[in-house]
Amino acid sequence: MNAQLPRWVDLGLIPLLNLIAAFVVAGLVVLAIGEDPIEAVEHILYGALGFGEGIGFTLFYATNFIFTGLCVAVAFHASLFNIGGEGQAYIGGLGVGLVCLALDHYLPWWIIAPLAAIGGALFGAGWAMIPAYFQAKRGSHIVITTIMFNFLAASLMVYLLVNVLKVPGAMAPESRTFEEAGRLPKLDGFLALFGQDIGGAPANMSFFLALAACVFVWALIWRTRLGYEIRTFGANPTAAVYAGISPVKITLVAMALSGGLAGLMAMNPVMGDQNRMFLDIAGGAGFVGIAVALMGRAHPVGVVLASILFGILYQGGAELAFEMPAITRDMVVVIQGLVVLFAGALEFMFRPAVARLFAALPARKTGEA
Amino acid sequence: MFDALILMLDSTVRLSTPLLLTALAGLYAERSGVFDIGLEGKLLIAAFAAAATASVTGSAWLGALAGMGASILFALLHGLACITYRGNQIVSGVAINFLAAGLTALLGTAWFHQGGRTPPLMGGERFQTLQLPFAESLADVPVIGGIYSELLSGHYLLVYVAFAAAPFSWWVLYRTRFGLRLRAVGENPAAVDTAGISVVRMRYLALVCAGVLCGLAGAYLAVAQSAGFIKDMSAGKGFIALAALIFSKWRPIQVMFACLLFGFLDAAAIRLQGQELPLIGAAPVQLIQALPYILTVVLLAGFIGKAVPPKAGGTPYVKER
Repeated sequence: MNAQLPRWVDLGLIPLLNLIAAFVVAGLVVLAIGEDPIEAVEHILYGALGFGEGIGFTLFYATNFIFTGLCVAVAFHASLFNIGGEGQAYIGGLGVGLVCLALDHYLPWWIIAPLAAIGGALFGAGWAMIPAYFQAKRGSHIVITTIMFNFLAASLMVYLLVNVLKVPGAMAPESRTFEEAGRLPKLDGFLALFGQDIGGAPANMSFFLALAACVFVWALIWRTRLGYEIRTFGANPTAAVYAGISPVKITLVAMALSGGLAGLMAMNPVMGDQNRMFLDIAGGAGFVGIAVALMGRAHPVGVVLASILFGILYQGGAELAFEMPAITRDMVVVIQGLVVLFAGALEFMFRPAVARLFAALPARKTGEA
Repeated sequence: MFDALILMLDSTVRLSTPLLLTALAGLYAERSGVFDIGLEGKLLIAAFAAAATASVTGSAWLGALAGMGASILFALLHGLACITYRGNQIVSGVAINFLAAGLTALLGTAWFHQGGRTPPLMGGERFQTLQLPFAESLADVPVIGGIYSELLSGHYLLVYVAFAAAPFSWWVLYRTRFGLRLRAVGENPAAVDTAGISVVRMRYLALVCAGVLCGLAGAYLAVAQSAGFIKDMSAGKGFIALAALIFSKWRPIQVMFACLLFGFLDAAAIRLQGQELPLIGAAPVQLIQALPYILTVVLLAGFIGKAVPPKAGGTPYVKER
């Protein structure tokens, strides 16, 4: 079970096997519905990557998932399971939206954008730090409290949207639409460099913010003292305490970073796309983040790759639902579940078999050496 | 006033039934040392399987059986991942919730072509309410008549089953050998193993119990309370049940009272929607709906008593290193 395997097997082959297993089962589900899985894949790929607007939507979804994936990943490194990304992103949307509502008459977008990002990150971090505090100081389990905080975030936002932020006289529980200065530029100019016309797709500047967040998380986790402390605490809390690392501090800091990243996600839908606060800002992306982080092995590069894959599935899934009405977009949620199952819960399933295989192989290799 | 109260309590009973069955399911799983945040998913898949089967076969009873079957299947998947392969129990629960949410909507649309609904259930496809004896004739007796014929009589069989299941679970967990062993694998699996009892088998059995109860809860949702399955019809009830389980500190009788409390809050929120209250003004419906979560968080944080989960919960059992 604990046999040493080469790094590329642990980091490359086994995750790949898990992923293949997830997609094989997804293919079986498609077969069970009575459709052709290969054709379904073709529709997904064309819908997500075949034309400019599709690419624009794929990038838009991927942006959300990079943020929420990083959110879950950072908490993973401290061996904390943050299921609250959804709620933190929702509250982050409040932070982003309030900054935009307050300033969009007075300042240009390039000043509002960083302030809104800070607002979103602070709100998300604040929302995550309450469960973190309860875990660190009062001994309640962070999984349960973050689940509860997702529901609390939803209740709070419904209350605020219906009773406080709604435009007087309007029916829809939404804030007013931001002025021009409260909107992030779209990526149309950027994608035009590659000869793609994104049409009405909402891909926007927050994509670059997401990439910057990846670099930030990589540098923080693997190149700073704090990152080292987070990883040490995650690997062995007892040893960390002996090394003088405060569990309370690491729990609070890791969850604040995690929630902050989730809060930043709101930049994409609120300031980049809808330009207002609305119901269900996170739209399930917080939960996709769990699948993304597991699939990406909690590494920023893996998170980006997994986010793009899920971006393709979300956008391509919409196209697929159009081409094959029997397969609705809920297929993506099924795949999400299968990825979490095989890349997460069943991650050790193939390892013994692979280990046996490699145990049989070196006999020949050592013979050569 | 009295009539309004009776009506309110009546809907409390209706609304707490699925919570109670689901929370008891969680009780078996978690007392055996397997955290189960997949209650929501099991509830949802059971509701779908029950409504789909009832609609196709025309029998509510077959529907309930199918609901239990689907829910047990998901429980076994949970067991495969976190008992046999020693995966993370939380991750496995998350996967089950996703799978259930996706599969029910996907298969529902593909099979019935009604946007994720099952066809409305009619006649024998749906459970009927039971009238207790003399409910009709006693209805006019003051106080007792109202309580008996409105509050106690006229519920679905599964309501009575649910409220009987709570004391029954107490008896099973605290007065039978099976229950003692189940609680023991949740506290100290190594000791149970030393006594020659299979930890793996006990935990699988506990998960099957959880599957059966979630199956009944799902059947209640889709084949009794509503006439058919609606997309995402569990709507977070699995998590409220989880909250009730924690709120009651993993004890069966207290689970029943916690579910009644949370059911009452739900009934109150529905009843007060859009009404003006004296002193407060518009009823804070969102606050009332959020109360189960707030109460649970406050309890977990140790501000009212202390909720200590089963000691071995969350860790897969490794026989020897």
